[in-house]
Amino acid sequence: MFLINCPYCGERDQQEFKAGGEAHIERPKQPTELSDDEWAEYLFMRKNIKGVQFERWNHAHGCRKWFNMVRDTSNDEIKAIYKMGEKPPSQ
Amino acid sequence: MTKNLRVKSSGYIDETNRISFKFNGKTYHGFKGDTLASALLANDVHLVGRSFKYHRPRGIMTSGSEEPNAIVQINPGTNRTEPNVRATEVEIYEGLEASSQNCWPSVEFDIGGINNFLSPFFPAGFYYKTFMWPASFWEKYEFFIRHSAGLGKSPKSSDPDIYDHRNVHCDVLVIGAGISGILAAKNATKNNFKTLLVEEKNELGGSTIYENNEFNKIDNKAPSEWLKKEIEELKDIKNLEIKTRTSVAAYHQYNYLLARENLTDHLEAKDKTNKIRQRLLKIRAKKVILATGALERPLIFNNNDRPGIMLSSAIKKYSEFYGVVCGSKNVFFTNNDSAYESAMSLYNKGINVEAIIDIREQSESKIVKKVEEAGIKIYWSHSIVDTAGYKRLNSVSIMKLSNDGTSVTGSKISISCDCLGVAGGWTPAVHLYTQSGSKLKFDEEKKVFLPNQNSSNQISVGSCCGDFKIDEIIKNLNQKLKETLNIKETDLDNIKVEIDEENTKRNIWLLPSDKPLGKTKPFVDYQNDATAKDIKLALREGFRSIEHVKRYTTTGMGTDQGKLGNMHALGIIADTAGVKMSELGTTTFRPPYTPLTFGTIVGRNVGKFFDIFRRTPMNDWHIENKAEFENVGQWKRAWYYPIDGETMHQAVQRESKAARESAGILDASTLGKIDIQGSDASEFLNRVYTNAWSKLAIGKCRYGLMLNEDGMVYDDGVTTRLGENHYIMTTTTGGAANVLGKLEDYLQTEWPELDVYLTSVTDHYATASLCGPNSKKILKKIIPDLDLSDENFPHMSFKQSKIGSIQCRIMRISFTGEHSYEINVQANYGKDLWEKCMEAGKEFNITPYGTETMHLLRAEKGFIIVGQDTDGTMTPIDLQMDWIVSKKKYDFIGKRSLYRSDTMREDRKQLVGLLTEDPNVVLEEGAQIVSELNQGPVEMLGHVTSSYFSPNLNKSIALAVVRGGKDMMGKKLFIPMENKNINVTVANPVFYDEKNERLNA
Ligand SMILES: [Zn+2]
Repeated sequence: MFLINCPYCGERDQQEFKAGGEAHIERPKQPTELSDDEWAEYLFMRKNIKGVQFERWNHAHGCRKWFNMVRDTSNDEIKAIYKMGEKPPSQ
Repeated sequence: MTKNLRVKSSGYIDETNRISFKFNGKTYHGFKGDTLASALLANDVHLVGRSFKYHRPRGIMTSGSEEPNAIVQINPGTNRTEPNVRATEVEIYEGLEASSQNCWPSVEFDIGGINNFLSPFFPAGFYYKTFMWPASFWEKYEFFIRHSAGLGKSPKSSDPDIYDHRNVHCDVLVIGAGISGILAAKNATKNNFKTLLVEEKNELGGSTIYENNEFNKIDNKAPSEWLKKEIEELKDIKNLEIKTRTSVAAYHQYNYLLARENLTDHLEAKDKTNKIRQRLLKIRAKKVILATGALERPLIFNNNDRPGIMLSSAIKKYSEFYGVVCGSKNVFFTNNDSAYESAMSLYNKGINVEAIIDIREQSESKIVKKVEEAGIKIYWSHSIVDTAGYKRLNSVSIMKLSNDGTSVTGSKISISCDCLGVAGGWTPAVHLYTQSGSKLKFDEEKKVFLPNQNSSNQISVGSCCGDFKIDEIIKNLNQKLKETLNIKETDLDNIKVEIDEENTKRNIWLLPSDKPLGKTKPFVDYQNDATAKDIKLALREGFRSIEHVKRYTTTGMGTDQGKLGNMHALGIIADTAGVKMSELGTTTFRPPYTPLTFGTIVGRNVGKFFDIFRRTPMNDWHIENKAEFENVGQWKRAWYYPIDGETMHQAVQRESKAARESAGILDASTLGKIDIQGSDASEFLNRVYTNAWSKLAIGKCRYGLMLNEDGMVYDDGVTTRLGENHYIMTTTTGGAANVLGKLEDYLQTEWPELDVYLTSVTDHYATASLCGPNSKKILKKIIPDLDLSDENFPHMSFKQSKIGSIQCRIMRISFTGEHSYEINVQANYGKDLWEKCMEAGKEFNITPYGTETMHLLRAEKGFIIVGQDTDGTMTPIDLQMDWIVSKKKYDFIGKRSLYRSDTMREDRKQLVGLLTEDPNVVLEEGAQIVSELNQGPVEMLGHVTSSYFSPNLNKSIALAVVRGGKDMMGKKLFIPMENKNINVTVANPVFYDEKNERLNA
């Protein structure tokens, strides 16, 4: 059970949060101009890294804000947390 | 009961407080402070159970939670009965009853014991190999296995006890109150850390508290005396909470731990009532200090499982702590010095120690000298090759061990005895450590796994990190405390410790016998009857991974998780396969460390607290009017309102007819409602719905369909424009929370530039949906001032009005196809609104209807229910709802996916209507649809999603999804059921009032 430092509320139990998959996948601005393959790449393809992964999380039972997390999936160490729109920390 | 097995005890047993209890129907006596195990041993009862596979007689082996054999059923036949309890952990109380498990008809005579003689036919993987084929026989095998297995019996009536959960936060959590834990807790609190000390037993002090080696001293005192003083001092320390009878079950990441606090299990029945029995502590600790100690290892030799064979340390604890001797003729078998302490404990109490069999060549330590001086015979370089005695050990046979330890030589000596103490060294209890995600390292010299890489802010101290001697413990503990607590000095700086020197032990995982391995039974896992032979067989059969060998042989898979024998299993595998134990790794220790009751896990979440439920403001009215309810998500919704013993079918038929013929009323308060405001609200709706929203006039309503980015229908509902920058969106009842979450996601992450604010107002409003040709007249009676003409208040429009002095929002929208109004008021006026409608509607026979009638009425109109007629694979095109998908909008969520090659396939499953050939036959929802009736396999075209008997059409109607259904209008299809085939025809899904004339009726 993680202890997650919500950038808006502070440290809270994992129960209050919802994981939202891989971070930094931007919705294409002009979807109609993409080929089926390009759209499928956006829609379906996600990395599933053993190691350092960039993820989206939502403080669903708290402030309801989305934010980003850098997590090592091999040992669940949370390496960084930063707000939406902020630059990811360099590794 | 002629033997007196009580000796003058330490102060832990209250000999003035005699307690009677029953075991297997027979009454015994013990003293306050006894465990069930110590009390039974005092009565010379060793035989307490039968083993799982061979039904071999088994006795009490340990004095703690690692016990593999003495597994009992507590208070059998009562509603407080509990199976799989370790007799070594049960504190006796007046009236306690316990019985053996896993034996029938009795522990003394057990029919399953025949398995012991059949054991050549029960090798490793026996169940896998034998019970697999033929597959149809599985049910018979299962019956047989379940009857002969029987791991206790679950209670038949509901649990009378109360259970509780509590969140606990502390700076320092210390697990285990042996010498290390006590010193750690004391120094943490002295340095102002808020500390919690938990201990699974009811007494503090661990094994040091009954330490008897006279050559060990702390500050010139016996360690037990010194520690008692330390414990005494704990009582005056603030900032320290001590919880005994509290076992840590799980250690998760980020120092989140679960512990079970036992509050009433040691009390008499009359004192248990109305008290919390067990409490689950959910602990979040800044730092964790693991002081979980070590478990003594047995030795693996032929027939090492007979009643009377125990751990040497357990014999010492029973003698020193409980004042009970386990036998009158004792023998010890050891590979290290600790057995000599146990022997001296018995000797000093005047109990016979026949011999010590030591696999080492010699030892120079003082305690060994002392034993020699006492005249106890020591057999150096000897091993036990066999034991005898069926229900109780009566002798051991020993032989000289070869130099390399792989064989025995010379002549066999038989020693008569009734109790054998086995000492195979110590295994650090690292179970919780590894649960936390921390990594172990194998120490080839000590032959133990030791903590290596800590996953969180934690340290391991004392014997759980391999420090077995008091001097090591105190020195290393002191240094670790200074580092982890960041302090300069501790109580431990000036402690003077003297210890008896220990000779290195000689480690042999599997001790040889004079017989070949195939003819012996060296048990590695006592509870699951796995022997060294089984492990070797698994390796011969090609198993390599330790996890596979474990599952194949069931080693370590009992309720004790193999706490005693896992190391030996690893050692035997390593020796046999010729690899190093460090390369082999270890199996995973999973929570819980010791079994938890279901009560502890669920806590207060039982009965009506099992799950949260939500009630509408009109709920009391529904109850008063005898509604039946259905669960929709967490909501309790009125399902139908039976009158005079009507069945559900009868009630729904009546309600449906009334709604179309005159007036009906539905509690629609559960629909999700999201208030949307901001200067970009219209643009936002354009992006999230498939249809266009910019041109919707203020005061108008529009139906919207929401897709996922993959093009599949996600939710639907009517949204009303209340003002220039203000909308109210309705969602499905079940989808409300997810829709809000999804919209927030897009707003915050994809379109942060939009000026839009979302607020859930589902609970703020109560909604009554008034429908039917007389709904207008009823509303007129309630709000006489409101102009209800079609010109002023047409279908799909909205009015803000007042009922008396109460503000209301009225939408003229319809989910039934009838002229209808949805009236919203502030939630606390909901029941009042409902009653006003009922009163005004009386003359029109207004009929309350529930969700079932609502479903029927909308099905007559072919309106979909998201989640019933759709399943996450339906596009709006599949639903034949092309009309709602804007061709002009450049983009909306899911648009691009509607043009993928897969979503454009003509042969996708599409929504159609179905009519049965016999109009009285109602199809089953979920029934499969085929186009031909063959004996062989046929393609399944789709399935029925909604099906009803329509009272308004007087025939059966159904909605279905059918592959390529759009082009099948009028085609005959078949629905094969268990006993018949039903003929159906594909039809337009709008069955009733296709031209929507009734909306304005
Ligand atoms: Zn937050």
